[in-house]
Amino acid sequence: MTYAAKNLTTGGRELIAFRVGDQEFCVNIMAVREIRGWTPATPMPHAPSYVLGVINLRGAVLPIVDLSARLGMKPAEPTVRHVIIVAQVKNQVVGLLVDAVSDILTVRDEEIQPTPDISSEFEKSFARGVLAIEGRMICLVELEAVFPHEEREAA
Amino acid sequence: MDMNEIKEIFFQECEEQLAELESGLLKLNDGDRDPETVNAVFRAVHSIKGGAGAFGLDDLVSFAHVFETTLDCVRSNRLEPNQDVLKVMLKSADVLADLTNAARDGGSVDQARSRQLIKELEALANGELPQASAAEPALKAAAPAPAPVVAPPVNEEGFQPVAFSFEDFEADEPALIEATCYEIVFRPKSELYAKGNDATLLLRDLSRLGEMSIHCDTDGMPPLDRMNPEAAYFSWKISLKTDKGEDAIRSVFEFAEWDCDLDIALAGGSAVDASEELPMQPVPFDLSMLDDAPAGSADEEEQITTRDRDAAVSAAETASNVLQMAQSSTRAPAEAQRSATAAASAAAQQAASAATPTIRVDLDRVDRLINLVGELVINQAMLSQSVIENDTNGTSSINMGLEELQQLTREIQDSVMAIRAQPVKPVFQRMSRIVREIADMTGKSVRLVTEGENTEVDKTVIDKLAEPLTHMIRNAVDHGLETPEKRLAAGKSAEGTVRLTAKHRSGRIVIELADDGAGINREKVRQKAIDNDLIAADANLSDEEIDNLIFHAGFSTADKISDISGRGVGMDVVKRSIQALGGRINISSKPGQGSVFTMSLPLTLAVLDGMVVTVANQTLVVPLTAIVETLQPEASAIHSFGATQRLISIRNSFCPLVDVGRILNFRATQANPVEGVALLVESEGGGQRALMVDAIQGQRQVVIKSLEANYTHVPGIAAATILGDGRVALILDVDAIVAASRGQSLKPEMSLAAAG
Repeated sequence: MTYAAKNLTTGGRELIAFRVGDQEFCVNIMAVREIRGWTPATPMPHAPSYVLGVINLRGAVLPIVDLSARLGMKPAEPTVRHVIIVAQVKNQVVGLLVDAVSDILTVRDEEIQPTPDISSEFEKSFARGVLAIEGRMICLVELEAVFPHEEREAA
Repeated sequence: MDMNEIKEIFFQECEEQLAELESGLLKLNDGDRDPETVNAVFRAVHSIKGGAGAFGLDDLVSFAHVFETTLDCVRSNRLEPNQDVLKVMLKSADVLADLTNAARDGGSVDQARSRQLIKELEALANGELPQASAAEPALKAAAPAPAPVVAPPVNEEGFQPVAFSFEDFEADEPALIEATCYEIVFRPKSELYAKGNDATLLLRDLSRLGEMSIHCDTDGMPPLDRMNPEAAYFSWKISLKTDKGEDAIRSVFEFAEWDCDLDIALAGGSAVDASEELPMQPVPFDLSMLDDAPAGSADEEEQITTRDRDAAVSAAETASNVLQMAQSSTRAPAEAQRSATAAASAAAQQAASAATPTIRVDLDRVDRLINLVGELVINQAMLSQSVIENDTNGTSSINMGLEELQQLTREIQDSVMAIRAQPVKPVFQRMSRIVREIADMTGKSVRLVTEGENTEVDKTVIDKLAEPLTHMIRNAVDHGLETPEKRLAAGKSAEGTVRLTAKHRSGRIVIELADDGAGINREKVRQKAIDNDLIAADANLSDEEIDNLIFHAGFSTADKISDISGRGVGMDVVKRSIQALGGRINISSKPGQGSVFTMSLPLTLAVLDGMVVTVANQTLVVPLTAIVETLQPEASAIHSFGATQRLISIRNSFCPLVDVGRILNFRATQANPVEGVALLVESEGGGQRALMVDAIQGQRQVVIKSLEANYTHVPGIAAATILGDGRVALILDVDAIVAASRGQSLKPEMSLAAAG
C-alpha cells in the first residue's frame, strides 16, 4: 500500500488543488513530485489523444498527459501559462498538464463528501469524493484510477 | 574459461535469484497477493533448479524441486499463502541459500533441517496444514544433546580428542565450540557505580554463561578512616568455563566497559592480547599475580590452572584449534597457530591471484561511470550547440577546444564501452553443458554446434542472455528434438543437432537457436491454447500466429512435468527478458524439420550512433548502423506500384519506399518523396527498404533513455534520447518500421484472445 493510499484511511491530509478548464480538482500532495512550467513536448506516435508527448525532466523521459482531455473535457491548448504537475502514479512518473495550481488544502477525512450519485461511470471511477471549500467545489481525483495499468499498456 | 569459472557465474546468478526469492516471499508475507510476485518467486526457484541440474548439484535440485512444487500450488491458488505457509517457505529459502553456499564452498549443510523442510513442503503441497509447531521442539530438543560430548579441556592429560559426528549437530553453531576457560579480571571504576550499574548484576549475568568461580580482590581497600565512600576499591578475578566464546563475555560488560577495567584472557594466560581490540586503555595485568595468590584463593580450578599451566596451555591451544576450525575465527591464541593461519591465507591469496590476472570490478561502478559518461555526452552536445549558435565564424579557440573535447568524450565513451564488451563464449559454453545434461536426462542424443562465439556484446546483454538462452536450449532438447527411435523412424540420424549462432547484423547481435527436431506441433499448440482460454475455439490463426502462442504465459505443451522444463514458465519468460533488453524474438518452424528461434539484441544498452532526421516537423534518430546509404530521390526514379505502394529504383533494382511519417501516424497522407531524403536501410529480415524522411539534420552519438520507465513500449520506437537543445527525440526501431511496411501491424502486442 502506498503512502498516499494509506492516508486515505487515516486522518487529515494535504491536497494540491488545480484548475482544469472551469473546474477545480485536487490530488494528494504525497503523489506530487514537483510542479513546473510547460515546455513543448515531443509527440509520441500511436499515443492516445490525451498523451501530449514526452519531455526531458533532468535526463529522464517524462510523458505529459493532458488531464482535461483525459477527463473527457475539451483538449487543452498548451501555453506558457500552463503548468505541469509531476506526479508519481504507482512506480511511474507522469506529468499532468493543468491550467493552474490554485491552492494547497489541508482537510480532514470527514470533510470529503462521497461522490454524488451521477449517471456517468467514468466520472465516478476517478473521483474519490468532493470537497466544499469557500463555496467552491473541488473534486478529489484518484490518480491510479485515471491511469489504470491496463490502459497504459494499451496506450 | 574452465568449469569453475562457469560454475562461478551460476553461483553469482543464484545470489540474484535468492535475493529475488526472499524479497518476493517477504512481499507475500506483508500481504501482497499480486500473482506477479508469486510468479517471480516461482521463477527464482525454477531458475536455481535449472542451473543446479546442469551442474549435477543433486541436493540443490531435489530441494528446489520440492520447493517449486509447493510454490506451484500457491501459484495455481490451491494453497493460500498465509503466515504459517510463508514461514516454512522463508525457511526453505534459507536452506536453499545454504545449499547453494555449500555447493559453492564445499561445506556441509544441515541435512536434518533440509529433510524436515522437505517434509513440511510436501505436506503443504498435499494440502496439509503446516506442522511447524510440532517440528520446532524436535529441533530444539536435538540441539543440546551434543553438549555432554564436549570434553572439559582442563584436565591432567590436556585435551582428549573425542570422536563425534558433525551431523549430530543441529543448526546450533555454538555447540561446535568447545567449552573454554577464561580468566577475567574485572575492576570497576567509581563511574560504574555512579551510573547506577551494579557489579553484582554483571557478575550474575556472567554466571549464566557457564561454570564460574569468583575471587574478590580486596587488597585495594584502604583503612576505614581513609576510605572514600563513593570510590570503587574492589576488583574481581573470575575464572569462567563457557562454550559461548569471548564475545559473549564481552557482551555482558557491553554497557559497563567504559567504566571498568576489563581483561579477558584464555585460561593459562596464553598470549592473548585481547585488550588491543578494546576501545579502552589497556590495563597491565601481571600474570604472576596468579602465582602469588594460589593459597589465598581456595578455588580448585584456579589451582589446577596454576599448577598445571603447561597442560592447560596445550589444552587451550587444542580447544582453540577446534574453535578456529568451527568458526574460522581470526583470534589465534597461540603464536604458532597465528603464523600457520597467516601462511595458509597468504597461499590462498596467491592461488587466487594466479588464477585471475584481471581485476574484478563491481558492475555498479562501471554502470555509474557509463551513466556519467552518458550525461557528459549530452552536456557536450548542448555546449557545442550553444557555442555554434553564438559564434558564427567557427574558427575561434573555443570552437577548437570544443572539438577536442568532443573527441575526448568520444574516446572516453568508447573505452568505457570496451570495458563492458565481452565475447558471448562463456554463455555458449554453459549452454553446451546444459545440453549434455538434459540429453542425459531425456535419453536423447544431442550435438550442440556453436558458431560466432567470439562475437562481442555488452556485459549486461551477456548476463541477461544466459537465462533466456538456458530456457530455450532446454525447450529445444526437451520438446524440440524427438527421441532417437522417432528420429530414425522419420528418416533422420539418431543424433539431434542444436545449432547456436551469434553474429553481428546491422548494429545488433543476432543469436539463432536452431534444432532439427519435429518442429512445432501446431495442432497440439492450438488445442492447448484453446484449453487454456488463450484463444477462442473458433479463432482463425495463421501458422505464424500459432507458433507465437508458445510465448504466452502459462503455456506448456509437455504432457508431464519434468525436472527440466515443462511448467510453462519458459517461453513467456524468454520473451519478456529479450524484450526488456530491447530485443526481439522470432520463431519459424517447419513440421518435421525443426524450429529456429532468432533473437536480435542491441549491442549496448547505453549509446548509439544515430542520424538525426526530421519527419513531419519532428526530430527522430535513426540508428546509423541500420543505414546503408542515403539518397535524394528523383521524380523519375519513383514508380507507383498498385494503389498505395511506391517503389524507388536504385541502380536498376526496385526497393519499396516507406514513409516514416505515415507509418508513425505523424501525418495523414503520404509525403511527396521528391521533397525528402531516402534512407536505404537493411533490416533484420535481410530485405532493403528506403525510408522516407523530410530532411537530415546530422549525425550524432546519442544516449539511450528508456521510454518504458515512465511510459510504455511504443511500436516503431526503440527508445528515446535527449538532444543538445534539451528536448526529447525518439529513436526509430527500423526493423519494426520495415515489418510494419510489410503489412504487419505495428501493434504486435495486441492480445490474441481479444483478436479471436
